[in-house]
Amino acid sequence: MTGKTLSEKFLSEKSGTDAQAGEYVEAEVDTMLTHDVTGPLTFDVFEDVTAGDGPLAKPDRTVITIDHHAPADGVKAANNHNHVREFADEYGAVQYEVGDGICHQVLLEDGFAAPGDLVIGADSHSTTFGGVGAFGTGVGSTDLGTAFATSELWFRVPETLRFEVHGELPDGVYSKDLILKFIGDVGFDGCTYMTAEYGGSAIESMPVHERVVLSNMAIEMGGKAGLVEPDERVLEFLEAQTGKAYTIPDWLEADDDAEYADVHTYRAEELEPQVSKPSNPENAVPVSEVVGTDIDQLFVGTCTNGRYEDIRIVADIIEGEELAPGVRMVVVPASRTVYKQMLETGIMDTFVDAGAIVQSAGCGPCFGTHQGVLGDGDVSLATANRNFPGREGSMDSSVYLSSPATVGASALYGEITDPRTVELERYGDAVVEGVSS
Amino acid sequence: MNDPAQPGTAWVFGDDIDTDQIIPSRFLVSSDPAELGEHAFNDLRPEFPSGVEDGDFVVGGHNFGSGSSREHAPLSLVGTGVDGVVAQSFARIFFRNAINLGLPVLICPEAGQIADGDEISLDLDAGTVINHSINESYDAESLPEFLQTLVDEGGLKSYTKRKISGEL
Repeated sequence: MTGKTLSEKFLSEKSGTDAQAGEYVEAEVDTMLTHDVTGPLTFDVFEDVTAGDGPLAKPDRTVITIDHHAPADGVKAANNHNHVREFADEYGAVQYEVGDGICHQVLLEDGFAAPGDLVIGADSHSTTFGGVGAFGTGVGSTDLGTAFATSELWFRVPETLRFEVHGELPDGVYSKDLILKFIGDVGFDGCTYMTAEYGGSAIESMPVHERVVLSNMAIEMGGKAGLVEPDERVLEFLEAQTGKAYTIPDWLEADDDAEYADVHTYRAEELEPQVSKPSNPENAVPVSEVVGTDIDQLFVGTCTNGRYEDIRIVADIIEGEELAPGVRMVVVPASRTVYKQMLETGIMDTFVDAGAIVQSAGCGPCFGTHQGVLGDGDVSLATANRNFPGREGSMDSSVYLSSPATVGASALYGEITDPRTVELERYGDAVVEGVSS
Repeated sequence: MNDPAQPGTAWVFGDDIDTDQIIPSRFLVSSDPAELGEHAFNDLRPEFPSGVEDGDFVVGGHNFGSGSSREHAPLSLVGTGVDGVVAQSFARIFFRNAINLGLPVLICPEAGQIADGDEISLDLDAGTVINHSINESYDAESLPEFLQTLVDEGGLKSYTKRKISGEL
């Protein structure tokens, strides 16, 4: 018998069985997440299976955010927000308000996902939590509504596709470039039903805010989870964020003889900044292939790249400059904490002075309904995770995906610009390095 | 739900149809199947919501239902009255959601043989898709035992109700 992958360790521990890839298990869930879009359907399921009596199996680990239509962009959305508030109040769930931020970010900031946790969310980017050593995965509202009642859910134990990057990343190449490259290499469905596991010296040396980018976009190759084996850096991040102490469970380690579906290995020094062309994340190319593409709107934000460190990179590049003529920039911080950090460090001024629009924390135009949707023929360069047809507005608009550095450099010229042509910084985790939260 | 063994018209879509295409974000303010169904494939194929009839089928290529986890996507198809989805392969969350909702989903490697407008039906017991327009039959993959049990229990909601009541 071969050893176990991280995913097999997780699902063995949480199901109390000897779980092997391909098997089906019922596992105990630690944290459950929904929001203003998938919430109402989840509440209906929960109330159906409990005949309206409740209770929530784990109210203090049942988290509901208002982030997708936040602030409300219509009466129906506003009514859904009220539904969230009423449900949380009635059953004692943890609830975040409009402007608190994107579900995945507030869960990370408040310690709802930690090494060894099994986290399910009625949002596909729940893979994000793999960056702090939690098994995070996206589910539907029926899955989540039943788990609200039982804190259990069925899982197929996934095979694992491993991505290793060795060496030191060159200037201008960030974790976003790595994940776009991985998705481009294996394809949009290349990791379906599998876990993406990320390792190698370049990833081990990454700060947490960069690791979560890799995990976040695992779903863009069909991944069930995106895991980075947690280490001391994750514990420091969580402790700085929450003021509480965390540990890594003994069982949370892949066996040396674990079996992988495939291993993709890269030399960090050979990688270039990547851009995914419309209209699929798998259309990743080196930035040099799309340099000069005219841009109408730049978008900085989302659960992928809306953290302080991401926004800071853009601010550094455009500081003292104005946006190129004819270009607009929408900045949406991932959380209220990020918003405050922008105020405290003065980079809010940088954006306003440059002519950018800074909005309240939430999903922004990535959800395609408000705060800067695209019109016919508009071309956007975004730090987002998806560029499907119509994702950010018109079916006749186009979205290119890139790192914050590429967005920042492109803001100066109004066209896609290689970030290696401007001066760049690389940041550790702001919260660990003393930017208050 | 009608009877998927009765022939209905196939509406054929390509590869990598993501859930934003199945039900665009701006319509997710509702959880009502019929209302969602009025906007299924709203932008990708505007004639679908008005043209689809009870008992029709949706046919996809590879990776059908990718992207967002929104259960509104299979729920919107339930709302249109389609009797099932046949595809060469499905994205993981869409597949779970459809099973949980009781919408028949068949993984059929030969789904590419079905042309838009063909009359098809499903034999769920035999696990086949019958194309009446050209008199062909295609094998679909059978569900893993665990999932078949879940379907036989009447879906995840009734399974959970029995679990809560201590019957399971």
